[in-house]
Amino acid sequence: MVTIYDGKPGLSRRELLKRGSIGALLVISGSAVINPEQAWGLETSTLKPETMATLIQVARDIYPHDQVPDKYYAIAVKGHDETAAKDPAHKELIEKGIAELDKKAGKGGYRGLGWEEQRVALLTEIEKTPFFQTVRGGLVVSLYNQQEVWPIFGYEGESYSKGGYIARGFSDIEWL
Amino acid sequence: MAASFDLKNDGVVVIIGSGAGGGTLGNELAQKGVDVVILEAGARHEYEDFINDEWGSFAQLAWTDKRTTSGDWRVAKDFPNLPAWIVKSVGGSTTHWAGASLRFQEHEFKTASTYGKLEGANLLDWPVTLAEMEPYYAKAEAKMGVTGTNGWPRLPGNNNFKVLKAGADKLGYKECHTGNMAINSVERDDRNSCQQTGFCFQGCKWGAKWSTLYTEIPKGEATGHLEVRPNSMVIKINHDASGKVTGVVYADKDGKLQEQKARIVAVAGNSIESPRLLLNSQSAKFPHGLANSSGQVGKNYMRHTTGSVYAIFDKPVHMYRGTTMAGIIRDEARHDPSRGFVGGYEFETLSLGLPFMAAFLNPGGWGRSFTTALDHYDHMAGLWIVGEDMPREENRITLHKDEKDAHGMPIADVHFDDHPNDTAMRDHAYKQATALYDAVGATRTFPTPPYPSTHNLGTNRMSEKAQDGVVNKHGQTHDIKNLFVSDGSQFTTGAAENPTLTIVSLAIRQAEYIASQMSAKTI
Repeated sequence: MVTIYDGKPGLSRRELLKRGSIGALLVISGSAVINPEQAWGLETSTLKPETMATLIQVARDIYPHDQVPDKYYAIAVKGHDETAAKDPAHKELIEKGIAELDKKAGKGGYRGLGWEEQRVALLTEIEKTPFFQTVRGGLVVSLYNQQEVWPIFGYEGESYSKGGYIARGFSDIEWL
Repeated sequence: MAASFDLKNDGVVVIIGSGAGGGTLGNELAQKGVDVVILEAGARHEYEDFINDEWGSFAQLAWTDKRTTSGDWRVAKDFPNLPAWIVKSVGGSTTHWAGASLRFQEHEFKTASTYGKLEGANLLDWPVTLAEMEPYYAKAEAKMGVTGTNGWPRLPGNNNFKVLKAGADKLGYKECHTGNMAINSVERDDRNSCQQTGFCFQGCKWGAKWSTLYTEIPKGEATGHLEVRPNSMVIKINHDASGKVTGVVYADKDGKLQEQKARIVAVAGNSIESPRLLLNSQSAKFPHGLANSSGQVGKNYMRHTTGSVYAIFDKPVHMYRGTTMAGIIRDEARHDPSRGFVGGYEFETLSLGLPFMAAFLNPGGWGRSFTTALDHYDHMAGLWIVGEDMPREENRITLHKDEKDAHGMPIADVHFDDHPNDTAMRDHAYKQATALYDAVGATRTFPTPPYPSTHNLGTNRMSEKAQDGVVNKHGQTHDIKNLFVSDGSQFTTGAAENPTLTIVSLAIRQAEYIASQMSAKTI
């Protein structure tokens, strides 16, 4: 689960942990989304950092891979901030889309919903919207085309420079 | 050394496109001393430039100019502006193809007489027979180094093949092997042998897979009779008052329009671009486009009945290692209407990397049903279904009414509806493939919808009579003696087999015909 602490920046890792959360934590600090646990942060220029944090959760809910850390979902959606900076219509599409999800979720917003099923139910309601299709369509490339995630799935990528697989297991199957 | 011909030289044969048809025809003519200019819309990337990365390679090689789609095929919904996954680069789709090189079966040249009348299918017998094609198939196999022919060993089977073979054995299929592939299993023709690298679809960086880019084209250039002009997009074929074609107008690398004069023009731009060009060359004399007195230009678009089945096992497979199309089952390729459809289909192993698997496994899919499939990517095996689809007049390429490309040429719209025979065949194949993987212990299988078309066929079809088609048995248009079609758009029907070997064989045969007609001064 992702827990968000809004409000005062500079919350220490110790303080966060004291609050009893476990797992990955996303912290909004100024214009950034920070994950103190895994030591990465994502600065936003145009979209609200809260929007970006929710977008990261939406990305995980659309393509949930429990073995893939949040960092890669953050990288996968950060293009929306860059596009929003150049295109006000895109900014509105994302901000409004997230605001709409928060509204549907009620008190506590989208990120406040504890179970994936609850969030997926909301996403299913909006899956035909341009907002959802834009986010999902972008993710197919921006998530799965990150070379860093390939090993998590057991995909080895480029092989020419290693001489192909002729001596590296192209026919090593043993269980048949 | 490569030739360089003047734009005003009206003695040359102009070939539009440098793929299996155009590249082969160009070399074959050059070998006979005929001067040839190949105009290729794409850039020239040599094989060391190819990229072992699916999206990176797609950006380098794919034909991504906008097209529109309509019809009930799922591609129109999932990839509305990408009906086909083909190439815009010197070598055309021979850079991207998998290498499967199968001869057609005898009855597949005679579908109207073999299958009988089928409602909604525009079946027609080819004006050539297997017996007539056999010597040319033999020449093509020798040229391309097809494994399992001419004493060349078949390729070794990779993990994906081994799973397929185990399933084939369990189901009692008899004809299962590593295929007849135009991939060097031994060093030959000054090219490497296969290093089992994968990425066959991204261009073979070893040059082990046959492509016109590094076989036909440099051999043709070495004669001094062939010039390949890349970045040259042909938009119109010109003709004189008598109706003979006189040259072509193309946009050069700077987007500037040029006219290359010609004695003969051969169109080989693949089954979407070739009819698009003929239709766009309409004139006062030919108001419905060139070579279209039959009204068949652009019609009978075929794409093979395709689909994939991927399966997950409880142990690793690593299907992406080694040749992409690593083996075949041919038992279902027979014509046996007791299965509920006419014609047949092949099973061929297929693998996609993780990025393309995410894009193609279930386009538009999301959530855990989708992602848990990818979670087991390294435990997956997969195959592709390729079967004969029915020609239909309504399945066709037309010029878009409003939208134009960068050169002002109307873009192509691709309309396709499955024939009930196509659907019955695909369902049968899904069932058989699922049973095959289940027999080896699959824990989950995925009937995967067709990808954007790689086998685009039939839109300028060959016919005995001028009223039934666009070209005669030599690919010469019925209407205009010095205008030829040299790609898969000539196909009268699609057969169950991958089309490249037949395209190459037809091009070798066509080159003999053109050279003899030129000597006889009939064209």
